[in-house]
Amino acid sequence: MITLLTDFIGELRAAGIPVSMVEAIDAMEAVKLVDIGDRSALKAALGATLVKNARHYQAFDVAFEVFFAHHRNIDRDEQGATGSAGPDGGQSNGQTGSQSEIDDLVEALFRAIMGGDAGALEAAARRAVEELAGIEPGRPVGGTYYLYRTLRRLDLDALQERLLEAALAGLDEDDALDTRLAREEVDAQIARLRQEIQDEIRRRLVADRGRQSVARTLRQPLVEDLDLMHATRTDLADIEDVIEPLTRKLAARLARRRRLLRSGRLDFRKTVRRSLATGGVPMDPAFRKGRPHRPEVFLLCDISGSMATFARFTLQFTYAMATQFSKLRSFVFIDTVDEVTRYFGPGVDFNEALGRIATEAEAVWLDGHSDYGNSLARFEERYGSEITPRTTLIITGDARNNYRPPRAELLDQIAQKARAVYWLNPEPRSYWDSGDSVMGRYSPFCDGTYEVRTLRQLEHFVEHLAVPGHLSGRRQRTAQLKSLDGR
Amino acid sequence: MDQVQSNLTSPVLASPARVKEALAGQDYLADDRIAQVVFLAAQLSKPVLVEGPAGVGKTELAKALAAVTDRRLIRLQCYEGLDEAKALYEWNYKKQLLRIQADSDKEWNQLEEDIFAEEFLLARPLLEAIRSPEPVVLLIDEVDRVEIETEALLLEILSDFQVSIPELGTVVASTTPFVVLTSNNTRELSEALKRRCLFLHIAYPDTEREKEILLHRVPGLPEHMAIQIARVVRSIRGMDLKKAPSVSESIDWARTLLALSIEHIDEKVVGETLHVLLKYQTDIDKAAKELGGVSDIQ
Repeated sequence: MITLLTDFIGELRAAGIPVSMVEAIDAMEAVKLVDIGDRSALKAALGATLVKNARHYQAFDVAFEVFFAHHRNIDRDEQGATGSAGPDGGQSNGQTGSQSEIDDLVEALFRAIMGGDAGALEAAARRAVEELAGIEPGRPVGGTYYLYRTLRRLDLDALQERLLEAALAGLDEDDALDTRLAREEVDAQIARLRQEIQDEIRRRLVADRGRQSVARTLRQPLVEDLDLMHATRTDLADIEDVIEPLTRKLAARLARRRRLLRSGRLDFRKTVRRSLATGGVPMDPAFRKGRPHRPEVFLLCDISGSMATFARFTLQFTYAMATQFSKLRSFVFIDTVDEVTRYFGPGVDFNEALGRIATEAEAVWLDGHSDYGNSLARFEERYGSEITPRTTLIITGDARNNYRPPRAELLDQIAQKARAVYWLNPEPRSYWDSGDSVMGRYSPFCDGTYEVRTLRQLEHFVEHLAVPGHLSGRRQRTAQLKSLDGR
Repeated sequence: MDQVQSNLTSPVLASPARVKEALAGQDYLADDRIAQVVFLAAQLSKPVLVEGPAGVGKTELAKALAAVTDRRLIRLQCYEGLDEAKALYEWNYKKQLLRIQADSDKEWNQLEEDIFAEEFLLARPLLEAIRSPEPVVLLIDEVDRVEIETEALLLEILSDFQVSIPELGTVVASTTPFVVLTSNNTRELSEALKRRCLFLHIAYPDTEREKEILLHRVPGLPEHMAIQIARVVRSIRGMDLKKAPSVSESIDWARTLLALSIEHIDEKVVGETLHVLLKYQTDIDKAAKELGGVSDIQ
């Protein structure tokens, strides 16, 4: 048992869940108190001691399913009452499952779902995997393939239709609310079925290949560490879910840091009034709250090609933090620039705003390929006068200029006027200046260039931006330019 | 180990099943996981850190536990700026000063003993919990609102259940309090605090459990209504809102519908009573549009 637990904890740590020694010991103590045969009790005990952050639960669930799978005798089931093994001897499970058997199976599933019987559902799911997945020992194929195969042969869509029909049968057609609720109920039932089938496939894979290898394949990075540029559609939803709590926590941290920076001047009147309670002795001095400094931010985002996803999250994150800045204006560009501040505002749905930007913003001038030079020129022309020594300019982009003139001197001009210029580049640093990337031409004029690819890095950057004291003052620009010339 | 004894001697916490039963008796419907964690906390004498969205029953859990174990509930409501003086103990300076002025003729040594006596000590919740001769349930509510420096104060108490007061010496707890900390997750709690606790995340309940909770808490509510309410609330929680309806809000809604003698829920009813469930106007508009607008798509 101890080895199993130690391996399990190792897997959790590999998945990014920090488990300390103390917590590991607590887990072992807790496990002593539960009935090991009771899986839910074991899961609760391990969850309470090893997982201290709700966002880690998903990774924990996956690892738990792999390490503490049901110890059923798989062979016995294959030759058991279902009789699906047949004369082939259980090797080619996928070959059986004639249409009538599948219909039989679907019927069993339908009845289990309608009856709300969890046990029957599990049993039916097990049968489905046995007969339809075609799991062969030793085959180097991923679990998702088996899942796809099982669901396709079951014809999940037809089952969903049937369930929906049954659910809508007793209802008044015009009652939109009831219809919606019925649909959602069916969706939830189908999701449960998918989950059951997926769990069963996982159990079989573990029995076949062993825990460690399956766990390794199923391990997924935490959402904060996902690469924003290559986020898939399913990732998008997860990332959006994480942005809100992340920004909330960041705002709390920043509020604290601001408070600690300056305690302000002595508030004489208040101090004297307080001293009355202690006989005229000022034991508890009161201070005036210093007014917190909030930077003004101009956010300039490249929205061409792969940069669009990254720009989207940067915009979303920054607007979620909008209260940390005294002024926040945003601009997008591809080969020319347009201001998009008016699309955002309190109470505006972010996705709606993005949609409007996609259709209405004029970021394309000639051919829709990045032209940093022209974009900078237009930016300087139209908004250059509004940049003050209190403005912080943040540019996000990969600096890939399609071999057009970079016009870096324009960035110099802008940087002279602004308080600071920062560049966020989602490409790895080693790729900068490769191919048509002209990062090197722009970086001398930036107060900082950052490789920001994940939410975590973005959070780190915003944290340092929003509270002054970490912002460098004006750089020694002349000295830098001199070194660039080589003199 | 006397301290551990005091938790085990409570028969209601002897097994997860009994915990569940006892809590249900106090109208608190716990699921298996909650019962398991409470059981473990009692056996291991560890505090429980309960996290989750507002209104799912975190504070209620502590209150219910106090009721089932027949212990006094001592509550420390945390807020930003909470310090040792408000959480742990404070000397009543004003009274001490007055005493010094009244006894102005006394020797200092004698006076010192007098003014650092029990009567001048204002015991705040944490000290009260430790000094209590009978076992108590200590509820530290919304610990995420407290600053990280004040958390350090809690650490010592949670791990050793003792407090050092320079003038009086170390006060050790004679009975281990059952400690429940709640957090709304507005900030990350320090690792050190989380390490010392068992973690319990209470999420919004599924429709089955919500139905049970409604039936329990709203007497006279017909079952079909409870099911409908649970489903509608689930639907609303699925929307992208500023603040999703919590369990306490769905209970309020159920009570409202019952009071209005409504037999069947349709869009009109929902539209009129949405303000009981949702507390932001943008959310209400959004939900009304989504729930009411289905008919257009059909």
